[in-house]
Amino acid sequence: MARFIVRRLGFMVMTVVLASIIIFFATTILPGDVASQILGRFATEEAKSQLRTELGLDKPVVVQYGTWLGNFVRGDWGESPSMNTLVRPIVFERLGNSLMLAVVAFVMYVPLGILLGLIAALKKNTWVDQTISVGSLAFIGLPEFVSGLILIAIFAIHFKWFPSQSAIPPGTGFVEALPYLILPAITVALTSLAYVVRMTRSSTVDVLQMDYVRTANLKGIPPRKVLFTHVLRNSLLPTVTVVAIGIGWLIGGLIVTESVYGYPGLGRLLLFAIQRRDLVLIQSTALLIVLIYVVANLIADILYAVLNPRIRYS
Amino acid sequence: MTVPAASRPVFEVEGLSVDYVTELGDLHAVRNVSLAIHQHESFGLVGESGSGKSTLAMGAIRYLASNGRVADGSVRLNGVELLGLSPKELRALWGAKIGVVYQSPLSALNPSIPIGRQLAEVARQHLGMDSAAARGRVQEMLTKVAMPDPDAVMKRYPHQLSGGMLQRCVIAMALMTNPALLIMDEPTTALDVTTQAVVLDLVAELKREFDSAILYITHDLGVITKICDRVGVMYAGEFMEQAQLKELFKRPLHPYTLDLLGCVPHFDPTPQKRSLVTIPGSIPRVDQLPAGCIFAPRCSFVEAACTKARPPLAAVDKGHLSACRRWQAVPPPAEYLRAATEAVRGVQTACDTSDVLVRTSDVQVHFKAPKGTVRAVDGVDLDVCEGQTLGVVGESGSGKTTVARAIIGLTPRTGGSITLKGESLPRTTGRRPRSTLRQIQMVFQNPDASLNPTRSVGDAIMRPLTLLGGLDRRRAKDRALELLQSVSLPVSYFDRLPHELSGGEKQRVAIARAFAAEPGIILCDEPISSLDVSVQGSLMNLLMKLQVEQKTSYLFISHDLSAVQHLSDVIAVVYLGHVMEVGDATKVLTPPFHPYTEALLSAVPLADPDVKQKPIRLAGSVPSAMNVPSGCRFHPRCPRNLGDVCREQEPPWREGDGDHRIFCHIPLDELERLQAETLVLEAEEGA
Ligand code: SF4
Ligand code: SF4
Repeated sequence: MARFIVRRLGFMVMTVVLASIIIFFATTILPGDVASQILGRFATEEAKSQLRTELGLDKPVVVQYGTWLGNFVRGDWGESPSMNTLVRPIVFERLGNSLMLAVVAFVMYVPLGILLGLIAALKKNTWVDQTISVGSLAFIGLPEFVSGLILIAIFAIHFKWFPSQSAIPPGTGFVEALPYLILPAITVALTSLAYVVRMTRSSTVDVLQMDYVRTANLKGIPPRKVLFTHVLRNSLLPTVTVVAIGIGWLIGGLIVTESVYGYPGLGRLLLFAIQRRDLVLIQSTALLIVLIYVVANLIADILYAVLNPRIRYS
Repeated sequence: MTVPAASRPVFEVEGLSVDYVTELGDLHAVRNVSLAIHQHESFGLVGESGSGKSTLAMGAIRYLASNGRVADGSVRLNGVELLGLSPKELRALWGAKIGVVYQSPLSALNPSIPIGRQLAEVARQHLGMDSAAARGRVQEMLTKVAMPDPDAVMKRYPHQLSGGMLQRCVIAMALMTNPALLIMDEPTTALDVTTQAVVLDLVAELKREFDSAILYITHDLGVITKICDRVGVMYAGEFMEQAQLKELFKRPLHPYTLDLLGCVPHFDPTPQKRSLVTIPGSIPRVDQLPAGCIFAPRCSFVEAACTKARPPLAAVDKGHLSACRRWQAVPPPAEYLRAATEAVRGVQTACDTSDVLVRTSDVQVHFKAPKGTVRAVDGVDLDVCEGQTLGVVGESGSGKTTVARAIIGLTPRTGGSITLKGESLPRTTGRRPRSTLRQIQMVFQNPDASLNPTRSVGDAIMRPLTLLGGLDRRRAKDRALELLQSVSLPVSYFDRLPHELSGGEKQRVAIARAFAAEPGIILCDEPISSLDVSVQGSLMNLLMKLQVEQKTSYLFISHDLSAVQHLSDVIAVVYLGHVMEVGDATKVLTPPFHPYTEALLSAVPLADPDVKQKPIRLAGSVPSAMNVPSGCRFHPRCPRNLGDVCREQEPPWREGDGDHRIFCHIPLDELERLQAETLVLEAEEGA
């Protein structure tokens, strides 16, 4: 088990390094001369070369990359030209907001998805199953900006239950933010719900056909107990993975959803940075998103191993 | 075991019919079957696949798939009618009064729950025990099934135990409550023959100790003789015959039983072989049953009246029931065998060095694994002579398949050499010239793996003809049609796709394709193992016929010693990647034996209730090829282990008559002396 975790950690570090290389080169090398971008096309050659020296752009690429990554690890994320502030506090503030949103969405779709998936599996090929499957599938196809706008139209404009915009000021606590979080969270949850439902359904259907479920039934154990002790443990294994990988989707969904609601999260920050061509801000935000993604996958792997003795003991 | 006639059967099935509701309408999978089992008695339910034996058992205890339903009949356990019970009442019986043992113990146990807890569940559910008491009970039961170190086993997960150990756990679980009825559904089919013997011994012993009536389901007539008191033969959803065990084997009174007995090779070490009985056609689908006797289309005793009305299963003798209206015309098995089979080419022994077609010398196949080296094949010397069959027998993990794959070049050898007609063969197929590729063909266990599902049968056979034989398409087609006929398939199969064929038919196509290249040798890797006994018999006949016609050599790999002895001129017994004994079939099957051969022979369940087999049982299971034991690799399990020599020193090859060689520290005369006292087969009663 320890070896397993060490191996996974190794993979994780490799992924992050690779991603950092891609991010760095995409933002630093490809866009061309940074100095003329910052100083404008009409700047003197002298001024530009002075800035290059300041920024370390005259050094070899590898050294530049090393310095950048070293600074990132140390927590020196630089200053954002477009916002004229330090990058790190901004990013962390937005990260906090995004996490709040993600947690609310997570709490909505994971238990609901598992429950619906289970019901669909137990009622396989009945109208209940079909309704759940088709219903949840419909939401996969629906992009966030559509579902978001529909939700706003119904619950914010028609019923006026929730605010239509969620531009909470910096430093808002969770409790005050909650009403602003509900609609965006539902929007995010709707897309991810279907994956959880489908995975839970299909793995539960598989497990229900396993010989050991027959064994359990023929031991005379009540169906409810068979479900909880014998079926769920095995059928939720693949679901765990999907849920964790779904965190990646969640982040993708956040970028769009946050824009629809004007919610100041990480996704919107990234979008803003891209619009302003704020390379420093893009670098840090993007690498942070990669980190979150990788950590989520690591947690999924470990959880899977903990739940699965075949991996735990090999 | 004789039971007082007056005692009431524990388990009674009367007129049971089970239907499956499908898109095609209701399928009457089991129709109007009856049986009764007394306390301490075991009833063997024999039948080929599709005979409805499992459906009968599961329908009787009311555990059917959602589209299955009991259409009619009565099932009583200790006088209580099961068919009217509510789900809750049934659950009170399942696990308590009815225990079940399944075919594959690994899949019958939950992979993510420790074994102890899975077993304890039964005690807690039905014996009202708390978890401590239940644990105690589990421990007690595991001890009863002779499980070494029950405490450690209870903490293990299923994947950490061998098949034999797991099956003991499942048996312990089924017997936890001393159930009135124990259903065993092919409990040893997934196990190696030596493990099977140990489990069968255990079942026989537990049968005496526990009060349960046993319903034992199997396709294996040999296994039946070890366990059962009474036997019912099923065919396409009905009983053909029921009788006491010895009656059924000695004097079967239904043609189907007679045929079944003739399909399995007789175990005899004499060089003269006879073909096996074949049953033409195949089991009818239950929605396409013939009118009249359902066996009529395949019966060699059929007469016009048979097809008019379906003969009922009726008592023809005391305790003997047959569904044949001509039961009086059914001859004794020995007489029938002589008439229905013919003498075939006997065992050939002559083989000079010049006749050697394929020779493996010190062949090794080692794989690198994360935790060490897997020595799958570890120094194998074998000769296959022209026109002869070398049978390679060994349990799973013996490396027998890997040897074949190394010869054909699918798995590159890592050491040693392989020659074809004296010329060294490159290690992989990619480096072998076409003429060599043509010379060596292979037939696999699973024909689906080698037949492309999108290509027609004709295409499959024509490929080697055009590719390796250099024929143009028209000539290839003619030849393919000839080949179809030679494997006894109708030429109309030429345009069929593999999924339209039965398992046996697909294997015939695979054989036809192997012969298409006109090879010198065909490597047959368990070609009949996944098929029904009657199909196995006809395939063995086919292989023998084609060998005589084409003068092809076979390397016949199987775990089934009966099949190997039936087909082979020379037999090699392999264990853990190494040959233990090799020689003419007759020599290998008579003393002196290598101790492993001896154990294998004594473990094979012979389909003859009269022979007594000396119980030589091996402890434990085949070790991993990653940790091959020192000295003699068989020493940890060898019943004749000599101690230090065997543990420390590699044994010498002991040369016997002809090419007979045994890899053992015990000299041949000593082995012969030891084994003379403990002959594997005792003489038949009264013969
Ligand atoms: S009734 Fe006729 S067809 Fe049926 S088994 Fe007997 S002899 Fe054969
Ligand atoms: S060498 Fe020893 S351990 Fe090996 S088979 Fe012979 S007697 Fe048994």
